[in-house]
Amino acid sequence: MLEICCPFCGRRNESEFSYGGPAAMRRPERPEDLSAEDWVEYLTVPSNPLGPVLEHWWHARGCGAWITVRRDTGTHEIKPDSDDA
Amino acid sequence: MMPNSYRLKDGGRIDRSKPLRFQFNGREYRGCQGDTLASALLANGIHLTARSFKYHRPRGIISAGCEEPGTFVELLGPDSSGNRAATMVPLADGLKAKSVNCWPSPEFDLGGINQFLAGLLPAGFYYKTFMWPSWRLYEPLIRRAAGLAEAPAGEFDGREFETRHAHADVLVVGAGPAGLSAALHAARAGARVMLVDENAEAGGSLLDGRERIDGAAPGEWVRSAIDELAGMNNVRRLGNSTAWGIREHNLALILERGGEKPGAMLRNWRVRAARIVVATGAIERTLVFANNDRPGVMLASAALAYVNRFAVALGRKAVVFTNNDSAYASAGCLKNAGIDVRAIVDCRRNVPEAAKLRADGVRILRGCVVSEAHGRKRVSGVTVRSRSTGEDCESIECDLLLHSGGWNPAVHLFSQSRGDLRFDDALAAYVPVASSHPVACAGAAGGRMTLAGSLADGARVGIEAAVAAGFPRIPAALPCASEDSYSIEALWNVEPRGAGRKCFVDILNDVTDGDIRLALREGYRNVEQVKRYTTGGMGLDQGKTGNINILGIIAAAQGLALSELGTTTFRSPYAPVEFGAIGGTRSGPVFLPYRHTPVTAWNIARGAVIYEAGARWRRPGYFPIGAETLDEAVERECKAVRNGVGVYDGSPLGKFELNGRDASKLLELAYANSIESLKPGRGRYGIMLSDDGLILDDGVVFRLSKSRYLATTSTANADLVHRHLEFIRQVERPEWDVKITEVTSQWCNATICGPQAREIVEGLGTDIDLDPESFPFMTWRQGRVAEFSSRVFRVSFTGELSFEINVAPRDFAALWDRIMDVGAPYGIAPVGSESNHVLRTEKGFLSLGHEVDGTVDPYDLGMGWIMSGNKLDSIGRRSVELRRQGGAPRRELVGLLPLDPNMAIPEGSPLTPEGRKTRTEGFVSACVKSVVKERWIALGLLERGRARIGQTAHARVKGAIIPAKVVAPCFYDPEGSKLRS
Repeated sequence: MLEICCPFCGRRNESEFSYGGPAAMRRPERPEDLSAEDWVEYLTVPSNPLGPVLEHWWHARGCGAWITVRRDTGTHEIKPDSDDA
Repeated sequence: MMPNSYRLKDGGRIDRSKPLRFQFNGREYRGCQGDTLASALLANGIHLTARSFKYHRPRGIISAGCEEPGTFVELLGPDSSGNRAATMVPLADGLKAKSVNCWPSPEFDLGGINQFLAGLLPAGFYYKTFMWPSWRLYEPLIRRAAGLAEAPAGEFDGREFETRHAHADVLVVGAGPAGLSAALHAARAGARVMLVDENAEAGGSLLDGRERIDGAAPGEWVRSAIDELAGMNNVRRLGNSTAWGIREHNLALILERGGEKPGAMLRNWRVRAARIVVATGAIERTLVFANNDRPGVMLASAALAYVNRFAVALGRKAVVFTNNDSAYASAGCLKNAGIDVRAIVDCRRNVPEAAKLRADGVRILRGCVVSEAHGRKRVSGVTVRSRSTGEDCESIECDLLLHSGGWNPAVHLFSQSRGDLRFDDALAAYVPVASSHPVACAGAAGGRMTLAGSLADGARVGIEAAVAAGFPRIPAALPCASEDSYSIEALWNVEPRGAGRKCFVDILNDVTDGDIRLALREGYRNVEQVKRYTTGGMGLDQGKTGNINILGIIAAAQGLALSELGTTTFRSPYAPVEFGAIGGTRSGPVFLPYRHTPVTAWNIARGAVIYEAGARWRRPGYFPIGAETLDEAVERECKAVRNGVGVYDGSPLGKFELNGRDASKLLELAYANSIESLKPGRGRYGIMLSDDGLILDDGVVFRLSKSRYLATTSTANADLVHRHLEFIRQVERPEWDVKITEVTSQWCNATICGPQAREIVEGLGTDIDLDPESFPFMTWRQGRVAEFSSRVFRVSFTGELSFEINVAPRDFAALWDRIMDVGAPYGIAPVGSESNHVLRTEKGFLSLGHEVDGTVDPYDLGMGWIMSGNKLDSIGRRSVELRRQGGAPRRELVGLLPLDPNMAIPEGSPLTPEGRKTRTEGFVSACVKSVVKERWIALGLLERGRARIGQTAHARVKGAIIPAKVVAPCFYDPEGSKLRS
């Protein structure tokens, strides 16, 4: 049970959140401009490193915010997304 | 044997004035308040208390704590629970317990025959011996033979499970010397402290030993510490509470057993702690020698506990076998209790003088080992071997053999917090190094094996924990305690003389040193593999007394140092936990509440058969009248809709309002088809894809005004769509001006459908012009229906003329009553979800979870027109295009008419070429008895189905092949003139 810090609600149990996948790559602005290979790569090959990763979480049973957190997959250490810092 | 004949005359922490009666395997015994089941049995001289898991060897009580590998019992009656270690069951008056693994009793166990078949049951025997013709043939028998206790049956009378959440600055696990010291210091610094201990009484090892603190018995110091903690309002102390797991971010899971009776109340605490102090002490290891599992062979630490805490003399004549100093105190303690301690057998050549002093003059055989224990149902003697000559040198008669293989710091919780361990050669044990979480070990759990060291270490760790949690640093205040020496020489096993003598490394699972070597010979190198192959270290006790011996044997066999070998993972739970306690009150509708609409009571009164229909909504399935069957009721309801009028409650439908300048853009991105071109007041069917080009949901979108939309979703997918739309808004397009509001429960709707629907709405009284010219299909109007403010939508899921009347929930029940009144002369039928399924199948409309199963795109469903707009981007579009370019055959939506019109095809049946047993080419997604066709009809997804219209497909069901003609997927009013009427 992770403890995730919501910027609006503070530290809350993971059970209030819904996992939304890796946040490292944004959806391409214009998918139609991508080659088939690049689109498939974006869609099906998310990296899964051991170490810090960016993740989307939805505070579904809280304020409803989609937040981005930086979680270390080795230690579970969670920091706010540095882009916002 | 006289009752309680092994109870010592005085001493101990039991209350002799409160005798308790209990039953064990059907016989009556007596114990005292303060006993455990184990201590009470031992006080009655009962050492043969169990039969082992695999070989059904006689077994006894081995320890005094949660590490017990020997005796598990099943509690009967109101306390019923399975597989409880006898050492951890507090004795209560009227307690009934029985041994597991034996029938009819441990004395006369029929399964004992397995001892003579032992040669057939080596490690991994079930993978090897019982494979032909199929493991499944043998599995039930083997499981029955190997089973532990039976699961409690029936209701738990008066038993309560609950979950509590709590927070702490410092959570201290273990109320022994280190834990008490840590809790005292952290609490004095002002931290919110939670102190939990698995025993009812605080003190830990201090309850068992005879050290002195500040010149007094240790109980004095414990009492003063508890008094001080009780006087502080920043401290919460839980007894009978086992911390059984540490999860991410310092969430500790603690099982509290409360109440007078052992099974009466189980409370699972979930404590989020800024700092956790693991002061769980150390657990004594067994020594591995021939027949080390005989009843009467016990851990040396258990003797301290039974003599000092429970006032039980474990035998008359004892031998102590050790490789370290701590067992000398046990020998001395037994001698003081009047037991004849015949010898201490120490594998070391040199024994520290301080240790010898503690043994109080008992004869010491240095450089010797016990090579074998004798006796079957009770140890009767030992053979001693000299290590220098390798020869047996002495036989000693005894009825009690204590052994100590050294001490393992109880690092389980620390390890679960992702703490690293290191093998310490001086202690011959794994000790904690560092955790990635704010968890620290104190005292023996951290490798401090002396009382003074533990007290000081507890103070240090407690102070540091408080400082780290933001409290001031206070000086340590330590009592004066002895600094007993501790030294050890690793001894992983004593080679037995001759075959057929078993040396157990895992007593619970009947794993021997030979099994470990066999696993290594068969190619299992890694400790985790050996564990899985032999089951050594698994099960109820999780190998607390034996695991490190297994590692030692593996390391020795492979010529490795233990530091190179690593350990198996310490997994939670640390001690067995009841499922009921984990669930707490969260079961059934409490775990996931049902959703209801305002007419639930009406539905029940009307006799509806109600069940869950997606997303926890309780909906009426059908409304039988009198003795109607399901089929009869559904047919009547469907005919009412097709020929007259029906009404159903569509309230659970997902509903979202999107508002803002960019609402159109968001919908344009979310839906595969164009939404922006929709005129205010009009609606359009839309399909939402995920970016892998598969259908996520479908529904109708209405444009309420220029910048305001109402999007409806399927009932089951409403939450998923909400998440999806919010993701687009907040993550993909945060710059857009649009707000999304879920209004599912703000609008209830009654959908009146059938050729006479318009008459009903007129009869209700409305200011909306219902003429089809001014209020056509796929438009909506705001107005009053009956006296209620309403939004009326013209959509249709049944294929009939329909008015979806949306009102506020407070008005809904009244609206419903009015509809039934006005509709009565027309024979209006309330319609359940079963009939809806029939009606939509006749029309070929999609249903989530049937045709839309997460593998299809709009083309597959014959709705390629959805994708035909000249939109640049919408979610999923790119993937659909790529898939179409690939040209691989797809499963396409078709209608199916069983050649025998009275033959139903079970929904979900596979379609295969000619019905052969081969790869499927599709499946039947829906099959209903059509009221318009008066025969069974079906929908299905069939490979290249559209090109096969007119041909025959075959459903393969159990024992039959059902041929069906492939037709277009619409059986009723394909032009749509009815629903537009």
